[in-house]
Formats: sequence, structure tokens, C-alpha cells
Amino acid sequence: MGDMFRSEQMALCQMFIQPEAAYTSVSELGETGCVQFRDLNCNVNIFQRKFVTEVRRCDELERKIRYIETEIKKDGITLPDIQDNIPRAPNPREIIDLEAHLEKTESEMIELAQNEVNMKSNYLELTELRKVLENTQGFFSDQEVLNLDSSNRGAGVVDEATAQHRGRLGFVAGVINRERVFGFERMLWRISRGNVFLKRSDLDAPLNDPATGHPIYKTVFVAFFQGEQLKNRIKKVCTGFHASLYPCPSSHNEREEMVKNVRTRLEDLNLVLSQTEDHRSRVLATVSKNLPSWSIMVKKMKAIYHTLNLFNMDVTKKCLIGECWVPTKDLHIVQKALSDGSAAVGSTIPSFLNVIDTNEQPPTFNRTNKFTRGFQNLIDAYGVASYRECNPALYTCITFPFLFAVMFGDLGHGIILLLFGAWMVLSEQKLARIKNGGEIWNIFFGGRYIILLMGMFSCYTGFIYNDVFSKSMNLFGSNWVNNYNTTTVLSNKHLQFPPKTSAQGIYPIGLDPVWQLAENKIIFLNSFKMKLSIIIGVLHMVFGVCMSVCNFVHFKKFSSIFLEFVPQILFLLLLFGYMVFMMFFKWFKYSATAELQDETPGCAPSVLIMFINMMLFKNTPPLKGCEEYMFGAQAGLQKTFVIIGLICVPWMLLGKPLYIKFTRGRRVSHVNHNGELTGNMELAEGETPLPTGNEQSGGAHGHDEEPMGEIYIHQAIHTIEYVLSTISHTASYLRLWALSLAHAQLSEVLWNMVLSLGLQATGYAGPPMLAVIFGAWCLFTLAILVMMEGLSAFLHTLRLHWVEFMSKFYEGLGYPFQPFSFKTIIDGEEEE
Amino acid sequence: MVEAYVPPVIITAIWAFIGIICPFFARGPNRGVTQCCIMLTAVTCWLFWLCCYLTQMNPLIGPKLSSNEIMIMAREWGNPIKDTMDVTV
Repeated sequence: MGDMFRSEQMALCQMFIQPEAAYTSVSELGETGCVQFRDLNCNVNIFQRKFVTEVRRCDELERKIRYIETEIKKDGITLPDIQDNIPRAPNPREIIDLEAHLEKTESEMIELAQNEVNMKSNYLELTELRKVLENTQGFFSDQEVLNLDSSNRGAGVVDEATAQHRGRLGFVAGVINRERVFGFERMLWRISRGNVFLKRSDLDAPLNDPATGHPIYKTVFVAFFQGEQLKNRIKKVCTGFHASLYPCPSSHNEREEMVKNVRTRLEDLNLVLSQTEDHRSRVLATVSKNLPSWSIMVKKMKAIYHTLNLFNMDVTKKCLIGECWVPTKDLHIVQKALSDGSAAVGSTIPSFLNVIDTNEQPPTFNRTNKFTRGFQNLIDAYGVASYRECNPALYTCITFPFLFAVMFGDLGHGIILLLFGAWMVLSEQKLARIKNGGEIWNIFFGGRYIILLMGMFSCYTGFIYNDVFSKSMNLFGSNWVNNYNTTTVLSNKHLQFPPKTSAQGIYPIGLDPVWQLAENKIIFLNSFKMKLSIIIGVLHMVFGVCMSVCNFVHFKKFSSIFLEFVPQILFLLLLFGYMVFMMFFKWFKYSATAELQDETPGCAPSVLIMFINMMLFKNTPPLKGCEEYMFGAQAGLQKTFVIIGLICVPWMLLGKPLYIKFTRGRRVSHVNHNGELTGNMELAEGETPLPTGNEQSGGAHGHDEEPMGEIYIHQAIHTIEYVLSTISHTASYLRLWALSLAHAQLSEVLWNMVLSLGLQATGYAGPPMLAVIFGAWCLFTLAILVMMEGLSAFLHTLRLHWVEFMSKFYEGLGYPFQPFSFKTIIDGEEEE
Repeated sequence: MVEAYVPPVIITAIWAFIGIICPFFARGPNRGVTQCCIMLTAVTCWLFWLCCYLTQMNPLIGPKLSSNEIMIMAREWGNPIKDTMDVTV
């Protein structure tokens, strides 16, 4: 029973590790995941710690791995998933190998990428040149224009100046982005004052930009001009608009030759490009096999060095000292890990572990398995338990699904929830591998056992409420019989069955099926469900108050049992426990088949009115022939209970503070002579010595540091809170009734307003209509009744646990145990 | 016909068996948690059934049904309507 009853015992340990064995020892400890290291170098800057260079090395390696991963993703190669053999942290030799590997791969990748960019720009230029040559065919085919192309210097036959004198046109040919064409044309018009003639033709197929790979639409243009100056201006404009100019021979034959040339060059370039791509894919494929395991190894390495940075280097440089929290049960595992670490390095001097005593509050550690983890998370979300406090998660495993089921009670919806939970649990191995399912899927999958249990309990409560999608099941034979004769039945639209003559026995398990058909079903169910809610609520709260005894006994605050627990439990039991008793008594006493008139249903008093009268010491006169009280001694008993309850209030209010005051006074009475000295000094200032003397010479006990005024105020707050909470929390449990009523009514409305229409459809259109309506009914059932009502009931149950149950005993001021574990580090990084 | 007290006794006995006897058969590393869960299940489920049973033990009102429903009940649940006097006292 010690598993989850309270959190585990923790020990603060000091580790002395040899520097050469440090890396392997910490690696072993990370694999076990049992220790939480404390930072012994808080006041040292991160960049001044001992292992900073190693951490930087790991960062470099991680950067290289990330780069290679992006390249692999670009090519669409999938990385294999490592599930079973997760590699260990690498030893120094492996680290050097890894670094070399990654360095080589990265430089190769960078070189390949660079080459590819170069080749692609070459390819682009050649392609554009070819397009220019092909498209300007139409411009020159009519006449032989003298080749006054500005980039042609070869043919020195024609003197440029003389050519211009003759008034011939020169031209430049090139390619420009389609978006820029109009601006380009306008600019040319402006600078040449209309003396430039531009012919252009759009390219249909887009060309790929070498740097980004995006397709861009381009246009081929030829600009005809006259004169040298215009040529320069045109060239400048072309540079400004990022247009590429190409040498274009004007004679037809030369053009044909050039086109052939360009075509062969393009084919060669294509070949080289594809070979480069193949090479790149091969390199990436070989790397991708090892990359995940390298990535994990580097992560582990980095984690180890971060942890080593928390250690303190001994002054004599002989060993590293680390402080850590270890669960006492796991100390032997830690010893073994340390000895394994030393053995791996071959060190002769062993590392050892030293348990030290401390007054600090250790972290809270609850060892959970896959079933209890969900419930523990629910409790930890409110607040992590203080060290060695009683853990409510143990009871939450069953009370949470049970309270949910009281609010969700429907056999049909319960089966849906049960199937969903069962599917997730049965295929949890496969489903756990899904990495990027989204936050909502992770929440549902993490709570699969909670959902499974909620489904099972909902099936049970649905069976007891006798509610299957708002219909009841008649399994054991209804116990309500009709005793009216034919004429009465036929002539009256509605008839009510009197319980005296129509009730013949009690339906053994659950609600009688006749109630689902009745018009006054809600009146009957309200009474049942309200009483049920209060009974469950009071019992839950009594359980909570009793848990505080376990805490008092463990922390050896025996005085609190008498000063806090006893008045609290008396108040709760004598008032609200008595109300529960009245409910049970009323169920037994008043019957339709009773002989005495004061036991007939007409005389049954309301429990709520009786309770209110009890608290206010009032009397309401009963109806004729009835009695006010249910049993003889009730009046006197009630008065006694209320008076004892009233006495409990000042007991709670003053008991503990007065006790603390008396014990403080007794504890400091023997060190009074010390106090007198200071007391005299303070008398000179006009202060009274005694109270201050008490505070200054207090012991190590926490309370002694608090002034008495604060203790009184705290206790007053606690008392008021408790007294008011008994009433408000008891009423709060009525949400169990409210939500179950809402669920039942929604279910009924959905049946009567949606599915009934389909079931009552006649004629040939009936079946397809039924099919459609059934689909709509299923959709609404799942969306509204299962999802929305389920979430709502979940939330209310959580509130009932957190506020109504845990406020009776829970402190929740601890901090969680976060061990140094590779598993959590790697899983956490994968989630990111 | 069984006596009136037989069903409650049987059901209480079943939950008592689950809640008191079964925990002794719990094994394994999570023995404590399993025992606690079994006992809590038995207590809560038995309490729930008990409240439902006691509510119906001495009902203070009866169901109000339409004549259609009464006739269907009479036919399907085997309590045919008779022509004799109403039994109302």
C-alpha cells in the first residue's frame, strides 16, 4: 500500500566522481533516470562553467545535423524511426568519428549545393540564349541587318562609325522578366525620346530561377537603335532592369550554327546536372540511415555536459562533487550506475555516494505506471503534493470515473465511450508511435485509461438509471401494474397509478422501466437524484476530512487531531451526516401501505425543511393527522446536535492558536534569563519585554517565527472557510443531479425530435428518410451528448475533486521531482 | 415468486465479495493500488445501487401514464386490463 498512498521518501546525496569517469558515470545515470541534480554553480555565469567548450562542440554537431536533415527533407527522403535500440551516449572515440563524419558530409553537401547553383545559372543562361535565338527568328528573317550587335567585336570589317553614318540600325537582344517589360519599354522610350524600337515576344514556358527554384515567366526582346550614345544608354537601362543581354548574330546561318551549339551544350549540362543530383541523393540516402541515431547520441552528449556543468570541482582538483535528490528506494540503482561508469573507463578509484541530512523540502515523487499516470496528472495540475503528504490520486482512480458516471449515466453513450477507450488502450503500442497527431489527440491518448474507466462506470450507472439513449429496458419485469378497468382507461386521457395498489414489489437492479414512459418522471427522479447527490457528497467530504488524520499522524502533529480534525468531523457529521440519516430514515418510514396515517405519503415531511428548521430552532405546524417529527427523540436530538455543532466553531477558531501560545510560553520559560537582558534594553525604549522575548528566543519550529496575531488570523480564515464550505460544498454536489438531468433530457429530446420522425415515416420515402435521419441522430449524439456532455461532466468532476474534496486536507505546496533522464529529454525534444 | 428480501441480499453479497474477498487475490507490483481500486469500486457501486433500491422501496407517488401507454403496457408486459371494479383502495 505504500506505492501511491504518499509520495516517496527522498534522500539528498553527494556524489564524488573522478574526472575521467565523470562522463560515463553521468551517462549511466541518465540512462536510469533516477536522480535530480542540483545546481552547485548558481553564481557562475553560463559561459564561465567548466564544460562550456564541450557544450559548444555539441551545438556545432547539432547544427550540422539540422542542416543535413533539412537537405534530406528537401529531397523527400524519410528518416527511419528508431523505436527499439536507442543508442547510448558516445564515448570519446565515437565522438571524434562522429565529428569527422558530420564534417565530411556537411562540406560535401555545401559543395554540391554550390555546384548545383552554378550549373543551374549556366543552364538558365544557355536556355535564355537559345530562346533569344529562336524567337528573334521572326525579327530578322525579312532583311539582312548588318550585325551591329554591341557585344560582337570579332568582325572588325565594318567600322561602327561608318555604319551609323549610313543610318543602319543596331540592336541588342536579351531576356527580361515579364513583370518588368512595360516599365522597361517606357524607360527606353523616355531615354531615347522615342528613337528606340522594341520588339518582344513572350516565352510560354517559365524558367527556373537557379537560386530559389521558382518558375519565372520571361520575355525575349530586341531593341533597335541608332547611334553609339543610345547604345550605352540602352545597356545601362538593361542593367537597371536586370535584363540579361545575349549576343545574337544577325545572319541566318550564323544563328543556326549558334543554336546547334547551344543545344549540344544544353544537353551536356543537363547530363551533368542529373548526375550531380544522383550523387547528392546517394550521399543523402547513406547518411539518412545513421542520422537519427547520431542525432540522439549528440542530444545525450549535450545533456551530459550540461549536467556536468552543475557539478563542483573540488579544490584539490581530485574529483567532481555533485548534489542530487534520489528516491531512497533507488539508491542501489544509483550505486550500480556509478560503479558501471567507473568500470567502463577502467578507473581504479571508485566513485561514491554519500547521503546527507537536510532540512530542505525534498521534491515530490510519485511512482506511477501507465494506468495511474493520467490520474496523477489530474491531481498535479491543481498543485503538486507537499513532500510525503497523502496522495489523493490513489482514490481519484475510482472516484473520478464514478462521479463522472453519475452525471453521464446512459448505457448507450457509456458503451460508445467504453469502445473508444478500449480501442485506444488495446492498440496503445501502435498509437504511441504517432508523433505529430496534434495537441488534442495527445490529450485524449494520454487519458485513455481515464476514458476507459469512465466508460465502464457510465455503463453501470446507465444500467441503474435504466437509460439507453433515453429508452428503458425491462429485464426483470415491471413492478407497476394497472388496476383500472377498461372504461376508466379508455375514458381518461391520463391516469396516475397510486403506489398503494399498483406497486407490487421493487425492481431489483435499477429504476423501474415504467418511469421512462411516465409524464411525472422528473418529479420522481429529482427526489431520487438529489438525495443521491447529497449522500455521495457528504460521504466524499467526510472521506476528505478523514484523510487529514493520516497527514497529522505522519507529520506528528498529534495535537491537530484533537484541535482541528475532531471539531471539523463533528460539525460535518452532526449536521450534514444527520441530514443523510434523515434521508435514509424517510425512505424506510413513509410508505403508501402503512397503517398509521402519519406514515402515509401525504404526511412525509420535506428533509430540507426539517434541516432548515433544525438550524434555526424553528417549528412548522404539520398537516392534520401528521406528526412534525419522524421519530420520538428527534426534537431533542436535533437541538443537541446543533448545540454541539455551534460549540465546534470556537473550538476550531481558538483551539490551535491557544495551544501554540501555551506551548511557546512553556518552551521559552527556561531561557528567560537571556530574554531579560534584551528585555531590559527594550524597557528603556518603553516597550514591553515579554512578547518580543517570546518571538526572539523561539525554537527552530516554523510557527515560532510567526507572530501570534498572524496565527489567530490564519485560524479564523480557516475556520470561516471550513464552516461556510460545509454548506456550499454540500450544495455544490447537487451538480451531480443537475448534469444527469440535463443529459437525460437532451437524450430524450434528440430521440423524440430527430429519430422518431424517421421511425414514424411511412410510404416509400420512409427508408431513405430514416437512413438520413439516423445519420443526423448519430452525429448529434456523438457531438452533443458524448463530446460536449462528456467534456462538461469531466470538468465538473474535476472541480468536485479539486475544490470540494481536496480542500479538506490537501496542501499542495511541493515541487515535482524532475530526474535527469535521457528518455524524457529525447521525448520532450521530439514533441517540439 | 421469490421473497422480497432476496434480490437485495444477493446483490449486497456480490458487492461484498468483490469488495472484501477479492482484494486478497491481488498480486503484482501494484498490489496496493489494485486493492484500493477494487474496494472503492465495490463501495461506490453498491452505494449507488442501494440508493436506487431504497428510493423505490416505498414510493410516495406513482407514474402518470397516458391511456395509450397503459394499453401497450397491458399487452406487452402481460397485465391485461380487466373489466372489474377499479382497485383504488
